[in-house]
Amino acid sequence: MEKDQDKILSDVTSGEYKYGFYSDIDMERIPKGLSEDVVRIISGKKNEPQWLLEFRLKAYRHWLTMKMPSWPNLKIQPINYQEIIFYAAPVQRKNLDSIDDIDPELRKTFDKLGIPLTEQKHLAGVAVDAVIDSVSVKTTFKETLAEMGIIFCSFSDAVKEYPDLVKRYMGSVVPYTDNFFATLNSAVFSDGSFCYIPKGVRCPMELSTYFRINSANTGQFERTLLIADEESYVSYLEGCTAPSRDENQLHAAIVEIVAEKNAEVKYSTVQNWYPGNKEGKGGVFNFVTKRGLCKGENSKISWTQVETGSAITWKYPSCILRGDNSIGEFYSVAVTNNYQQADTGTKMIHIGKNTKSTILSKGISAGHGQNSYRGLVKVLKNASNARNFSRCDSLLLGDKCGAHTFPYLEVDNQTAIVEHEATTSKIGEDQIFYCNQRGISTEDAIGLIVNGYAREVINKLPMEFAVEAQKLLQISLEGSVG
Amino acid sequence: MLIINNLKAAIAGKNILKGISLEVKPGEIHAIMGPNGSGKSTLAAVLAGRELVEVTEGTVTYFGENLLKMAAEDRAKEGIFLGFQYPIEIPGVSMVNFMKTAVNEHREHKGLDPLSASDFLKMMREKKELVEIDSKLANRSVNEGFSGGEKKKNEIFQMAMLEPKLAILDETDSGLDIDALRIVANGVNKLKRPDNSFIVITHYQRLLDYIVPDVVHVLYDGRIVKTAGKELALELEEKGYDWIKNEVENNILT
Repeated sequence: MEKDQDKILSDVTSGEYKYGFYSDIDMERIPKGLSEDVVRIISGKKNEPQWLLEFRLKAYRHWLTMKMPSWPNLKIQPINYQEIIFYAAPVQRKNLDSIDDIDPELRKTFDKLGIPLTEQKHLAGVAVDAVIDSVSVKTTFKETLAEMGIIFCSFSDAVKEYPDLVKRYMGSVVPYTDNFFATLNSAVFSDGSFCYIPKGVRCPMELSTYFRINSANTGQFERTLLIADEESYVSYLEGCTAPSRDENQLHAAIVEIVAEKNAEVKYSTVQNWYPGNKEGKGGVFNFVTKRGLCKGENSKISWTQVETGSAITWKYPSCILRGDNSIGEFYSVAVTNNYQQADTGTKMIHIGKNTKSTILSKGISAGHGQNSYRGLVKVLKNASNARNFSRCDSLLLGDKCGAHTFPYLEVDNQTAIVEHEATTSKIGEDQIFYCNQRGISTEDAIGLIVNGYAREVINKLPMEFAVEAQKLLQISLEGSVG
Repeated sequence: MLIINNLKAAIAGKNILKGISLEVKPGEIHAIMGPNGSGKSTLAAVLAGRELVEVTEGTVTYFGENLLKMAAEDRAKEGIFLGFQYPIEIPGVSMVNFMKTAVNEHREHKGLDPLSASDFLKMMREKKELVEIDSKLANRSVNEGFSGGEKKKNEIFQMAMLEPKLAILDETDSGLDIDALRIVANGVNKLKRPDNSFIVITHYQRLLDYIVPDVVHVLYDGRIVKTAGKELALELEEKGYDWIKNEVENNILT
């Protein structure tokens, strides 16, 4: 019985990655390797001001003193930073005035991914910033948003056009000394998205960034900075894919969010970097530092993530609840199939009074996948009446995968109420048979069961993406790729 | 409709069914009774296509086809329904979503278009009334947090939705109070048509007060040891299974 069940599960959980194609785009690349010169070249390519170059150099020099952290529950081959190309960008024939100026190959790439760059064709109500390798190639609906005072552009453009905002907020949530990968990013980041929602404005559409790694041997180091001024609201989405390659690719990103008084930010991620093949060859190493600062009172930051890709995921979207009555939320579904490994979770740091946080983590392991939840709930001395609720569920498909939970609690205020629940379950042969007996195939049954399990998190995603995420969950765990 | 011939089956190497022969014709209700461990549920599992049961000998023909060669989901789509003795919980999957998937699989199999959302909901409403099921049940996750009675009613509800040709009810009466028993039995009686058949597996006679069988079989130690009309159920109730045991052992001795 066990044997049959494992066979069923191993058959249906060995699906193919469907975004693994490579586009032959005319690219400009710098020589591989990392040095102070490389940092200067990147800054030079982007015509950056002196202050930004200095920021990068400080970060680079600090990085040289650091070691890659060994505490995650991950097995990682050593990374040779001299073998990585730190800057690659599609060659643009001239300044981009219209969609026609974009390399047709590049447009085709995004069309294939279902991310049209033309506004009239696009999903109603979603503005997109498309980033390929090191640079942003197109931001849609820029003008519409500008009418409301909303700034949504590539990070590089923000540096040129809104240097004061960038200077004031960049590194304020994730300092350049923060951790090994954040420091590396601070030295070599190439592009990313920038977003500012002015006082009292509710952003009328979903903002989204779509990241694509295309070039071989290239690292992607983007930075996203999102500022929600007082009384504002924004819902932000990011998606990511990469070609299938035999070698591992490095992705080390930073996302910083600042929510001022009464502001609310929803940040959703559907991460689908190339996960490597069935034998565990290739795949993206995904080391991401995401952190939000609830700076003002009554502010709220909510992270939702669906992590199905990457060979290795190392990522802890966190909230610093500094403002009184501020709220932090973390909703996560992480899938590890074949030889994927994920060490992911969150940190909720309660500083202000009456701060609240909710953590809901759903891990799904299949094949030889290893899935760890790692979360910190910290209540500081002055954070009276802080409240946290955490639930970590793990679902196992088959008997060769693993699920691990590492919750950390540090509570320095006696009025705090902190709750933690955890469950581990296995998709049973009896559940699958029950579905079979109603005429539902085993593949559809697993899709149904997994989506049922992840439903509470998926429901937090904006509508169109919830549907996408459901499909993705099913595809990540099945052999039926259309 | 269904012809079982000398069926032998084992679970984990242990022989459970030791040569069962049985024929069910369209429109018939067969009751299978027997003491615990006699192989009733194993027989149901074999017919539904559960892989953990290994068929070692014999044949099962369903509308002229070799049933044992068909995958469980294909058997379901060909009209075999198993009412589970212990219905399975599927957290997070609503009954609506579950039944919609199942119904549309059945329709696709018959070459029909999927039902529209409104048609589907209408169908659910009608069938719910048939089994007197709480309308809130449909929005809850499959069997999750259902009481024992609700689970069994839910099985009958699913049967009503899928309109099987051959329904096998595996101890649907166990754990039911008298009201739930009546509702379940009424559901079955309302679904009865001249062209569909039921195999009702039960430990007790009381269900057969409500669902009147055409044939009653007594299963003992993996074999059908007695077959007769509905009066056999009453006789069993009166004399108990020891009567069968003694009779079988005497037969072996003689």
